[in-house]
Amino acid sequence: MTDFSNGKDKSLAEVLRSQGISRRSFLKFCAATASMMAMSPAMIPKIAQALESARRPSVIWLSFQECTGCTESLTRAHTATIESLIFDSISLDYHHTLQAASGEAAEEAREEAMNENWGKYLLVVDGSIPTKDMGYSTIAGMSNLDMFLQTAAGAAAIISVGTCAAFGGIPHAHPNPTGAYSVYDIIKMYGNTDVDGVSSASIDNNSGGSVKDKPIITVPGCPPIPVVITGVLTHYLTFGTIPELDHLGRPKAFYGQSIHDRCYRRPFYDKGLFAETFDDEGAKKGWCLYKLGCKGPTTYNACATTKWNNGTSFPIESGHPCLGCSEPHFWDGGGFYKALSIPTIDIPTTAVYAAAGAAAAGVALGAMNKSKKSNAAKEHTKTTIDDLEKE
Amino acid sequence: MSEIEFLNWVRGPAFEIAMTIFIAGIIIRFLEIFLLGRKTNLAEAKGSEMTGGLHTIVSRSIPDSNTFKRSTFKIVSGYIFHLGLLITIFFFAPHILLFKDIFGFGWPSLPTPVVDAFAVVSIITLIAVLIHRLQDRVLKFLSSTEDYLVWLLTILPLITGYIAFHRIGMTAPSLLAIHILSVELLLIAFPFSKLMHAFTLVLARWYNGAISGYRGVQS
Repeated sequence: MTDFSNGKDKSLAEVLRSQGISRRSFLKFCAATASMMAMSPAMIPKIAQALESARRPSVIWLSFQECTGCTESLTRAHTATIESLIFDSISLDYHHTLQAASGEAAEEAREEAMNENWGKYLLVVDGSIPTKDMGYSTIAGMSNLDMFLQTAAGAAAIISVGTCAAFGGIPHAHPNPTGAYSVYDIIKMYGNTDVDGVSSASIDNNSGGSVKDKPIITVPGCPPIPVVITGVLTHYLTFGTIPELDHLGRPKAFYGQSIHDRCYRRPFYDKGLFAETFDDEGAKKGWCLYKLGCKGPTTYNACATTKWNNGTSFPIESGHPCLGCSEPHFWDGGGFYKALSIPTIDIPTTAVYAAAGAAAAGVALGAMNKSKKSNAAKEHTKTTIDDLEKE
Repeated sequence: MSEIEFLNWVRGPAFEIAMTIFIAGIIIRFLEIFLLGRKTNLAEAKGSEMTGGLHTIVSRSIPDSNTFKRSTFKIVSGYIFHLGLLITIFFFAPHILLFKDIFGFGWPSLPTPVVDAFAVVSIITLIAVLIHRLQDRVLKFLSSTEDYLVWLLTILPLITGYIAFHRIGMTAPSLLAIHILSVELLLIAFPFSKLMHAFTLVLARWYNGAISGYRGVQS
């Protein structure tokens, strides 16, 4: 990791050069980013130019109800890749896990960054935000909700990193004891809250604005793919805007296709060749993992193309079905090893109860019908010729 | 409700509701039929009800030549889409997983392209059947709203399943959820509509055969 406290005024190009990154490698990165984000090759020089001259954007990273897996994923590259350097070269002014400062000094750093860059800093959030009891998760005595609303008010854009911030994730899973919600839901629920009203006295130039109109980029995944973050940052540095997003706020360039659509095992699915267990012949031959509960068909992410661990592999390549970790409610989908075509409930038990209830109802109805029949027979009066002649 | 929430709902609570109605409905319908009973036949039996009944269950599957000549389209198209439904429902690998979950055992699946082809043939045949129903004046006159509803409930899972497999149009979770929902609608309507013939045809055929069998005549 580079030192976050120094070189705040250096441009990205200067930071990269000081890290020994050649221009050739830098341009390669720009080309790779352009291709990953489905931009035309003509954009490569523009990306390079923009990145070289970009001042390091101030980034405030807030961690709420999370496991630090997202930070681990984004920072624990085996080698110092350009992606990680781009990530390092942002001015990460506040990050619980990574910053050296603690206690009051840490909070001061956040407030200072907010004051200096009001309206211009990027707010990265990982973890969901509890709403049931503000005491469930606090930082420096401030509830997550207050800290989020206060910091979001001055952000240029919010990036929800990881499934917890994006969709609520594991804390939001049934029965959601802390009343945890995603960044998007929190803004929907509390977006109109006046920031002045949430202990923001220390923010001098607080305009007291609402946060409901802030652009939100969701980067789900448990954890998310590091290159998606650098891709979004590169886009922001190059164009000053956020990339094209889908209906869930995910960058289309990375979340446009499902794992299933880009899976190298897809031909086996199409042919109907499946691994039945983790150690059968099908598993050894690398057949489709659908029957073992793969959620690839309903999961939109870039794992199958960008892969993990410096492009080594992705879960399906390692022989394990996709958990669908980048989709909302992936924890409540009825079990990781249950195939998508299997109901999430216990059908045999339901069937037994339904059958028992129906048997009782059926016997009752049968008895009613029988008595109706015998009554009809009893009350039956023979039709006489007079009846037929009646007009 | 997000699309994954929708999918989780159709795979969970909605499936439970549909399955309860389906199972309870069928049991109630059967009990109603059985418990109503039949009048004791006072005539002396001249043959076996069982032999005649069982014979008819099988023999009625083959149309006699005159009927076939008279209603060739109805019989051929009927056979095609029923066979297509049978293969699509019971021999597609993801469907077998569902049956395995319910019954505790499964059976080998057919290659996916084969099932896909049968699904397409079934869809085309069902459309042809509807056109025939609308063009045949007598058939049209005899058709009730229920007939059209049953047709719709049968073709919907086929179409939505085909679209979900080929992932056309919407996102995958929505497509899968819509497919499962269409099956749930079919399950709910099943016991209370003509769809019940899938079970009652056995009783009806047996009864027809049993009458002849009792009288000792050919069934």
